[in-house]
Amino acid sequence: MSHRFSDVAALKDELAGVDYLSDEGIAGVVYLADRLQKPILVEGPAGTGKTQLAKSVSEITGARLIRLQCYEGLDEAKALYEWNYKKQLLRIQAEGGSDEDWTDLSDDIFSDEFLLTRPLLEAIRAEEPVVLLIDEVDRVEVETEALLLEILSDYQVSIPELGTLEAKQIPLVFLTSNNTRELSEALKRRCLYLHVDYPDMEREKTIVLTKVPDITENLAGQVARVVRSIRQIELKKHPSVSETLDWAKTLVLLGVEKIDEQTAASTINILLKYQSDINKALKELATADGVTP
Amino acid sequence: MTVTDAAADATPKGVGDPILDLLNGFIVQLRAAGLPVSLTENLDAMQAIRHVPLEDRETFKYALAATLVKHHNHWKAFETVFEVYFSLRGDDYQIGDELVELPEMDDDEQGDQQGSGDQQGGGGENLTPEELAEMLYQSLMRGDQQMMRGVARQAVKRYAGMEPGRPVGGTYYLYRTLRNLDIDGVLERLLEQEQNEDGEAPSDFEQRLARDEYQSRANQLQQEIEAEIRRRLVADRGVEAMAKTLRKPLPEDVDFMHASREEMASLRKAIWPLTRKLAARLQRKRRHGRKGPLDFRRTVRASLSYGGVPAEPKFRNPRPHKPEIFVIADISGSVAAFARFTLHLVYAISGQFSKVRAFVFIDGLDEVTHMFEGVEDINEAVHRVNTEADVVWVDGHSDYGHALGVFWEKYGNEIGARTSIMILGDARNNYHASESWIIKAMNEKARAVHWLNPEPQSYWDTGDSIVGEYAQHCDGTFEVRNLRQLEAFVDNLA
Repeated sequence: MSHRFSDVAALKDELAGVDYLSDEGIAGVVYLADRLQKPILVEGPAGTGKTQLAKSVSEITGARLIRLQCYEGLDEAKALYEWNYKKQLLRIQAEGGSDEDWTDLSDDIFSDEFLLTRPLLEAIRAEEPVVLLIDEVDRVEVETEALLLEILSDYQVSIPELGTLEAKQIPLVFLTSNNTRELSEALKRRCLYLHVDYPDMEREKTIVLTKVPDITENLAGQVARVVRSIRQIELKKHPSVSETLDWAKTLVLLGVEKIDEQTAASTINILLKYQSDINKALKELATADGVTP
Repeated sequence: MTVTDAAADATPKGVGDPILDLLNGFIVQLRAAGLPVSLTENLDAMQAIRHVPLEDRETFKYALAATLVKHHNHWKAFETVFEVYFSLRGDDYQIGDELVELPEMDDDEQGDQQGSGDQQGGGGENLTPEELAEMLYQSLMRGDQQMMRGVARQAVKRYAGMEPGRPVGGTYYLYRTLRNLDIDGVLERLLEQEQNEDGEAPSDFEQRLARDEYQSRANQLQQEIEAEIRRRLVADRGVEAMAKTLRKPLPEDVDFMHASREEMASLRKAIWPLTRKLAARLQRKRRHGRKGPLDFRRTVRASLSYGGVPAEPKFRNPRPHKPEIFVIADISGSVAAFARFTLHLVYAISGQFSKVRAFVFIDGLDEVTHMFEGVEDINEAVHRVNTEADVVWVDGHSDYGHALGVFWEKYGNEIGARTSIMILGDARNNYHASESWIIKAMNEKARAVHWLNPEPQSYWDTGDSIVGEYAQHCDGTFEVRNLRQLEAFVDNLA
């Protein structure tokens, strides 16, 4: 089996090529996932680019991205496969007059033709390379997680009427979780684990520079600095990377060159979404001494 | 690849046995630190290191972490073990010229060879204290990682006064080094410098940003110093001894009663997912019981179309289950740390359930529900509870009997069949009357009464603790000293 990536450094460069700035940890784990043929469980706060990672990887490998968005109440029929019940009925009716044997007929209506593939099965059966993204897996109930286990460990799906369908190629699987609940041990054991946290200041600055057109290096540095300071305050919700980018874009549009207190105060609602957080952050930032962490 | 396949070629080709032994030793250390490393994960790690260059320390570390650590809270513990275990392996990480030979794990004598004397450190020659101070200033101003490492090495060598075999912990050395370096003084100097450059006085906002900037660099330096001390200690005492001294409880095992400030902060974060879990569990119960009791009238009616045979039973719509939670918490001095945590828990729970009422007591009892309502900042609420709640009746020593009496008198009527009562406290009653009949009466009216005790079970019913007396009337009494136990309680409850 050929590998998708030659080494970690090259992978990192390739990711940077599609504007995804990874670090040692991220690139290293993706590289390992390819070599070990294991899924990656990506955890971390909202808005740190977990989903984007899967998208970027599919972009550099030229693979099709198949996405399964998880939600409460997701079941087999929506995640794995479903029998096309209406078509089966039609088939039976069409045969109504003839004296075809029932066993032939039942064999016939439980065949590929009547199978509706859903994202998981689709990823398994795809001929071309695919990247499978199982998004926000923490939203499904613990019981539903079990649906994923077979596909994650053996890359196969068992359908009682058809037998076991094995993967034609090993897809690269990403599971993302916002950590709203503890995932089961069984699921975690099958995956490589990657925790994506807020980037450090240098990386955030580079991200702002790549993603926001027309921003000066000086302003990007200031943005990263202010955001770093805000993240040190104890808040309900810290600004995510995407919010940082929005803020930087706003500042560029407003033609700001230097962030001072007024500018920060009038635009901080882009970074923080709770009134109590905004008040607290403004109060904190206005005190020179700060809280020593 | 299946597990059996992995097991079959778990011995990596091209990687010799020493690596396997090394990794095994590492995993033993991880398990000793409390990390749950399963056999599969162990095999995965061995597979993983076949694919990464061993000389690249960072990548190697991430490869191990990705396969062995499956919980973000465990990362810190992993990192500590990793730094200790591999502290003397790798080129950058050797101590001095005399130690080209890597000391064996069990070789304690080796450390003796490197005195605290004058061999070459990683970066920089022997410097006078003034030069070192200048270097520190420069490295903080530029935020130069390499330079910081050099400063850290020099500083530790000069100031920590480390002697082989001396039985003091790393914190002592750290304290000595930091005191001599006077980082705070340097920070002040840097900030003043900043002001002079601009010519005009910077606003508070700018000062704040600058301070954060330098502070984070200073923290980085402190980490470097800690790492350096750790490396020297490992060289002196051996890996196993060090790993043991540095072992800290995992976040879920931290005792509420003795949690430090940072630990408390991380506990607070962990409470949110827990209450969501609690809410989700109760909700699911609701969904599962889709059908209510048999509706006799409608069944008979429906039976008419089948000639009087009740072929189609009809059911009532289920009554939505709206749990009401009463939390009664002891906030006296003996459980002060736990009480603080409790209040956070109450606050978190009230966000998930429609009806949560909170009561606090010492020897008197007061309702504090309104103090949590509409409050955005939990710290403010906790502060109000501690200052405003009227909980002292006579002398401010716990009196469960009296507090329960007050509760029963004032709020007893409001307990209904849907009420779950949680009592949090150590039941140390200062030899007052227990009035345990009140608990019994409560339990008769309420759906459930649970008692959460922050003391270890072995202390129960010793001295003035009378938890046993109350326990006989509760639906359950639980030792809840850490997050793990609290989670177990939540699991049991729903």
